[in-house]
Amino acid sequence: METQDDATMSQSYFIEPGNFILAGEAAEQIKKILKQLGIDAALIRKVAIASYEAEMNLVIHSVGGRLILNVNPQEITIIAQDDGPGIKDIELAMKEGYSTAPDAARELGFGAGMGLPNIKRYSDRFAIQSAEGEGTRVEMTFYLS
Amino acid sequence: MTILEIMEILDAELLCGQEIIDKEILYACGSDLMSDVLAFVKDHTVLLTGLTNPQVVRTAEMMDISAIVFVRGKRPADEVIQMAAERKMAVLLTKYTMFTACGLLYQGGLRGDVI
Repeated sequence: METQDDATMSQSYFIEPGNFILAGEAAEQIKKILKQLGIDAALIRKVAIASYEAEMNLVIHSVGGRLILNVNPQEITIIAQDDGPGIKDIELAMKEGYSTAPDAARELGFGAGMGLPNIKRYSDRFAIQSAEGEGTRVEMTFYLS
Repeated sequence: MTILEIMEILDAELLCGQEIIDKEILYACGSDLMSDVLAFVKDHTVLLTGLTNPQVVRTAEMMDISAIVFVRGKRPADEVIQMAAERKMAVLLTKYTMFTACGLLYQGGLRGDVI
């Protein structure tokens, strides 16, 4: 854990593409850290769910990426960033029920087209940037007060 | 309703979590779609599912769900039970189907969430 000063901390996890056994490990670590920081349980659950969905997206769809946790006295930010393949139609990807996930993800109970909508539902601020052939960056922020 | 009562109603086998069988459960969520489970936030919830992969335990962990019921007699692998035990969850195995297991618990007084 990298502590820049008393008030800010940052942690980054590499997410391996296609590894459905490890999937969720990073989100679970994030949940543990927030618990140690004494964050309210209901807020932790929101961050944990959004992180987990974002991590599953990286495992299912990306060529590999990172899940980054930033905490400062005002807010918790989770960034999911990957190197591709990018999203062709973001508006469509945000629609509940729309999915391009393969059968391997569906067999695990994912790929139902609920990932990004769930992330948006649980975060106080949500931003997504992507382009086909490039990477995707999803940023979700949770207010601490 | 306690986890022990759920066990009795579902005639279920306890695979791990003996230490929390007196824990009170207020709501139930029955789904094979983990993303749908993740859209459902309630305390004191039991998860009923027909999936037996590690992501079921991960999902339960994120949701602070402390009891999982595997329906229609599908026994999860030892690693999955181990994962749940490490997270101090109770894991139950019932031979009832999803529909019947949910029906029995509803009849017993458990309720779902209103979306």
